[in-house]
Amino acid sequence: MIVGSGPIIIGQACEFDYSGAQACKALRGDGYEVVLINSNPATIMTDPDMADRTYVEPLSVAYAEEVIRRERPDALLSTVGGQTGLNLAIALAEAGVLEKYGVELIGAKVDSIKKAEDRLLFKDAMKKIGLDLPQSQLVNSVEKGLEYAARIGYPIILRPSFTMGGTGGGIAYNREEAEEILERGIDLSPVHEVLVEESVLGWKEFELEVMRDQADNAIIVCSIENFDPMGVHTGDSITVAPVQTLTDREYQMMRDAALACLREIGVDTGGSNVQFAIDPKTGRMVIVEMNPRVSRSSALASKATGFPIAKIAAKLAVGYRLDEIKNDITRLTPACFEPTIDYVVAKIPRWQFEKFPGAEPVLGTQMKSVGEVMAIGRTFKHALGKGMRSLETGKADGAVKYQEDLIEARLITPNPDRLGYIRFAFEKGYTEQQVHEMTSVDPWFLRQVREMVDLEKSMAALSLSSATREQFLQAKRDGISDNFLARAWQVPALDVRARRKSLGVTAVFNRVDTCSAEFESFTPYLYSSYESECEANVSTRKKVMILGSGPNRIGQGIEFDYCCCHASFALQEFGVESIMVNCNPETVSTDYDTSDRLYFEPLTLEEVLNICDTEKPDGVIVQFGGQTPLTLALPLKAAGIPIIGTDPSNIDLAEDRKLFGKLLDDLKIPSPANGTATSPEEACVVARSLGFPVLVRPSYVLGGRAMVIAYDEETVRRYMQEAVSFSQSRPVLIDRFLEDATEVDVDAIADSTGAVLIAGIMEHIEEAGVHSGDSSCVLPPTSLSEETLATIRTYTESLARALKVIGLMNVQYAVKNGTVYVLEVNPRASRTVPYVSKATGVAIPRIAVGVMLGKTIADLTDARGVLSVPQYFVKSPVFPFNKFPGVDPTLGPEMRSTGEVMGVGENFGEAFAKAQLSAGTPLPDKGTVFISVNDRDKPIAVALAKRFEDLGFEVTATRGTAEAIRAAGLPVKTVFKVNEGRPNAVDLLKAGSLDLIIYTGTSGAHAFVDEKAIRKNAVTYRVPCITTMSGARASVEAIVSRRRDPVRVWSLQEIHGAKVVAKSS
Amino acid sequence: MNPAVLALEDGTVFEGSSFGAPVERTGEVVFNTAITGYQEVFTDPSYSGQIVVLTYPQIGNYGANEGDNEAAKPHIEGLVVREFSPLSSNWRADETAQEFLTKSGVPVISEIDTRGLVRHLRSRGVMRGVLSAKATPEERIDAKELVERARQAPSMAGLDLATRVSTPKSYAWDAGVIRCSPSDLEGPASPIRHHVVAYDFGIKRNILRRLVHSGCRVTVVPANTSADDVLALKPEGVFLSNGPGDPEPLTSQAAEVRKLIGKKPVFGICLGHQVLGLALGGRTYKLKFGHRGSNHPVINKITNKVEITSHNHGFAVDPDSLNVNELEITHLNLNDDTLEGFRHRNYPVFCVQYHPEAAPGPHDSHYLFGDFVKLMDEAGSH
Repeated sequence: MIVGSGPIIIGQACEFDYSGAQACKALRGDGYEVVLINSNPATIMTDPDMADRTYVEPLSVAYAEEVIRRERPDALLSTVGGQTGLNLAIALAEAGVLEKYGVELIGAKVDSIKKAEDRLLFKDAMKKIGLDLPQSQLVNSVEKGLEYAARIGYPIILRPSFTMGGTGGGIAYNREEAEEILERGIDLSPVHEVLVEESVLGWKEFELEVMRDQADNAIIVCSIENFDPMGVHTGDSITVAPVQTLTDREYQMMRDAALACLREIGVDTGGSNVQFAIDPKTGRMVIVEMNPRVSRSSALASKATGFPIAKIAAKLAVGYRLDEIKNDITRLTPACFEPTIDYVVAKIPRWQFEKFPGAEPVLGTQMKSVGEVMAIGRTFKHALGKGMRSLETGKADGAVKYQEDLIEARLITPNPDRLGYIRFAFEKGYTEQQVHEMTSVDPWFLRQVREMVDLEKSMAALSLSSATREQFLQAKRDGISDNFLARAWQVPALDVRARRKSLGVTAVFNRVDTCSAEFESFTPYLYSSYESECEANVSTRKKVMILGSGPNRIGQGIEFDYCCCHASFALQEFGVESIMVNCNPETVSTDYDTSDRLYFEPLTLEEVLNICDTEKPDGVIVQFGGQTPLTLALPLKAAGIPIIGTDPSNIDLAEDRKLFGKLLDDLKIPSPANGTATSPEEACVVARSLGFPVLVRPSYVLGGRAMVIAYDEETVRRYMQEAVSFSQSRPVLIDRFLEDATEVDVDAIADSTGAVLIAGIMEHIEEAGVHSGDSSCVLPPTSLSEETLATIRTYTESLARALKVIGLMNVQYAVKNGTVYVLEVNPRASRTVPYVSKATGVAIPRIAVGVMLGKTIADLTDARGVLSVPQYFVKSPVFPFNKFPGVDPTLGPEMRSTGEVMGVGENFGEAFAKAQLSAGTPLPDKGTVFISVNDRDKPIAVALAKRFEDLGFEVTATRGTAEAIRAAGLPVKTVFKVNEGRPNAVDLLKAGSLDLIIYTGTSGAHAFVDEKAIRKNAVTYRVPCITTMSGARASVEAIVSRRRDPVRVWSLQEIHGAKVVAKSS
Repeated sequence: MNPAVLALEDGTVFEGSSFGAPVERTGEVVFNTAITGYQEVFTDPSYSGQIVVLTYPQIGNYGANEGDNEAAKPHIEGLVVREFSPLSSNWRADETAQEFLTKSGVPVISEIDTRGLVRHLRSRGVMRGVLSAKATPEERIDAKELVERARQAPSMAGLDLATRVSTPKSYAWDAGVIRCSPSDLEGPASPIRHHVVAYDFGIKRNILRRLVHSGCRVTVVPANTSADDVLALKPEGVFLSNGPGDPEPLTSQAAEVRKLIGKKPVFGICLGHQVLGLALGGRTYKLKFGHRGSNHPVINKITNKVEITSHNHGFAVDPDSLNVNELEITHLNLNDDTLEGFRHRNYPVFCVQYHPEAAPGPHDSHYLFGDFVKLMDEAGSH
């Protein structure tokens, strides 16, 4: 049995889909029957053909025990599901479940896990083997923490025990900050402990990825040096593989320490990562931490070296020795060796502070990034250049404005823009020494960055015609993009490309081969360079290239990687060579095993065209990777690249308000009144004519970025001013906002004959206005009438035909008073495709790829009309609010969830209850429910209060709501609002007297202090807080189900029976 | 930037930039895949006669320091890298790597496609080459002429380089391992209890340091020292060092070593292993492109454990040439099954082809020094 890592959250993302999927493949390949539990439907690992039994169920002891009871696994592999997997394994062991059913814990033993994770045990263990650590002490109260801090001196590092991604930790420079962080950390730690630690801020930071087998053979897979020194969470640091600035003596000292650590902790079989800090002045080395499991860094290390850590960890866990496993890439040599690389790898995190207004964009010991990119170059400069453009920050080229007066502040305090500011500082004449003093970044890295800036400057001084072949070559070898040169020379980027190619400066491709070319590589895992020979060795088969989705970000995450992987599987099934292009090291798509060929490259026009020049694909798929490849669709088409599936101009049409509006008129499909604007004034005029509230958003957005519901002109005007930096010279869209409508998402597939298969009609649980990605939804719909469903079907089919969709399409509808409005059409894969695939048992992307290759839907499936759904499947979002203290955790049109879970049930309530449990906001069985709603919601609130009353809950409400409830003859306690007096609702919350909060704010753009305080504290104190009435109704259903229904689970295989379309290999 | 050219005997020419001494050198072009430890490679006498290509593309980053020298000066003929750092960034650095090489007269060619070169050497085998870095930017380097000269250079096969790099006279060595950092896990040195005579065929300092660390007082003797002269020093053990070139010409050394077998415990490393192989009737052969790197998996057939090891050899002992009744194979390379170590079944004699002293490379095989000491302990107690 393999435990997955659950929903994507900050600090635990799709790298665990990669590791879990690898483990499933490795063990099944070895003849083991694999049972999987993971609540995240968007993963490849939860595909029904990855395991023998796949349970998309909550990762809780109760549900995991039920799976164990049914399946009776021989062993439980705990080390490929991140911290979540490890925690669940420990919980199962401690609850006696493993013993009861005779399940052996493999990968890491309970004692080892504890020794690695418990700060005190870890410290003792390391001291025992002579490893140096920062001085530290565990405290369980704020007072003790402050006392110790006073003794060792500020700054201090605070690390709560047993939290993920450093949640709740931080750096305190003074007593006041220490107090605040201690309070939060002690609370968030499940064991209410915080480690107070000597600061090693500014020291050099390193990581080693280590593996060990049962015979005590141990190897270092990869070494990593952080560009950002100690003080920034490694997940938020730019990191580089391999180490750059250590002598062999120091490196071997670190290697010895890592192996000693692994042996002492007792990791007998599998992978671990060990982090170190080195004082750049004295060489003193301290061990920072170790993870006795596959981690984010091991995914990175696997991609950076071509050594599949998770796959091998799984094999070691079942008893293989390292020397019994072959190296896939060289085939002839064993996996028992240390990969050596002849290129440089840079990982750069991707942040989204703009999604969380109120959160200060600074970096510390708590991870804040939502994704990352990796780039491979023959040199650091080349890798860094590629990495920076892989990030797709979305800001129009040159729109990032650096301010000279901010340089020092931005260098001193780590922040998402620090690399940009380091470059800017060099442009402005700062010396390496000055920058080093402010950042503590190693002088070697700074020299590299400065050389890049200098070269950019000297290239910019040339022109398209004056730059020589040697100069072009130098620029390209050092990672300068065609775009940069085009901007500097004010010529089109394609002219730069044409010119350099005419001078013979063309990209070639080198292989990632684990051995620095010592042995032949049999795996086409490639990266571009400007070296002398190309190792791509392309085939003459029919081939299709899939453009991936780049770095994870809110709104464009693992769901699209799922689609891309499936596209690849489908191509292989249909006998077509699959070529993957992506730059996200966390994903399954960038596993060299997933596609026939893998190009680890930025998803920019320049790099994609380079690959096309070499591969000459018969088709390119742009509709699976989210917005990233779509923005390339038109330019690729213009460059003569064959895009298969829906024509890019039709994809574009759906985004063009005017053309799309006309299309809807022609089809007689209603949509909310709308208009477009390019200036604040124009926007206000449009908004006035439509009538408030209006929904304002830029065209071409994903994840509702920069989208607001405006109730007044001031909001519209302010929005328009801010929106400029994100605009891609396209107008802003303004729609009349339909309040209280039910939102519906539809995924469909259409083929070239005009046949349409509706994959899923998903009813949102929250009302329209909450971003579809942040809304829970249910399959099948529970409250839509047959007539409405029929209308939705008809509209979907007409839209697919009108847009000549070939492949996937997603439509968002709003249903209000029986009328179905179209909100948006996206002729591409949507975020819900994996969820629909899991709920229907049909691999939707497979059919889509089939039709893109020219087959008809009828060729590919017997299903017609709408795919059936045999049970209730609820998808619920997961939010990162606990990582952004101070941010108002309210839901709106701006998407903020990082991941999703799925609950399965025989009834809606059961599925919803499971989804809420999996999402980390389990609903209470009993206790006190607090209700405070606006006037419009009061009638419903009364009905809800009645039901809670019947369920034995106590009801507490603020004055207005309480009056309404009391008027209906129900018992209710009244409590103050925050600004009314004390004890108020927040006091009750903090005191632990509230178990569920139902709170609908005043409709409007401004959240009031009261609302914010309640929502923020609900997040901090982990009390479920429901902000919509439909959500509240669903919660009651869920609570009823929890009381009524037993703990029961179903595997996807049994739910879908023979319907599961197996991937033929 | 001055130009530099690397010309190979098969006519392949690489043009790059010069970073080291403005000179021209000839040698066998070989590649090393280690990521760290370039200074140890520069100064390893076993690289005598060789132009070394480092596969890791960023070289020079941490400068050079006195403590990492494996000999008094660099022994490589020339260095070939993808990118050379003019800046050194490490607290241990005494000077930049560029200064270090330039003052020792070693030419460096940088900015060339080293991966392409390595792939070439891997498929064609190592070959002779000329590295020319003496031209000024205005001058043209005649690559054709360099190719010609590469062809005329002596072949490594049959070349006795060991006696050339060996010490002219014997000397005592008593420096042990120095911790590289306050956090170095290196344990305390054992008290000195044995006297070892070490044949210098091109000995690396870290072998001497590790012998001292393990409790040995070491007398280093020239490569042509006779067995009688060695025994006259009353050693408790004899060590046969690493070194450059082809082992075949070392017939007299093999003959002398033969005389020591059964008299004193003998431990050989690298060339010392090959000399032992020859002394015990075995044959050696030249590998296509050798083993040079820090990541080779070697299985210890006695313990059945895998060691990650440091390698630097272009020749190997043919295991089929060994008398299995007399000798036992103890170590094999898992990459290509080459012989990596054997021991005598009757006498305290053992050797390994790879480098247990590391420098550069992993410390997995340090135990072999302890094994040597144990053999001397046992021999002494008899």
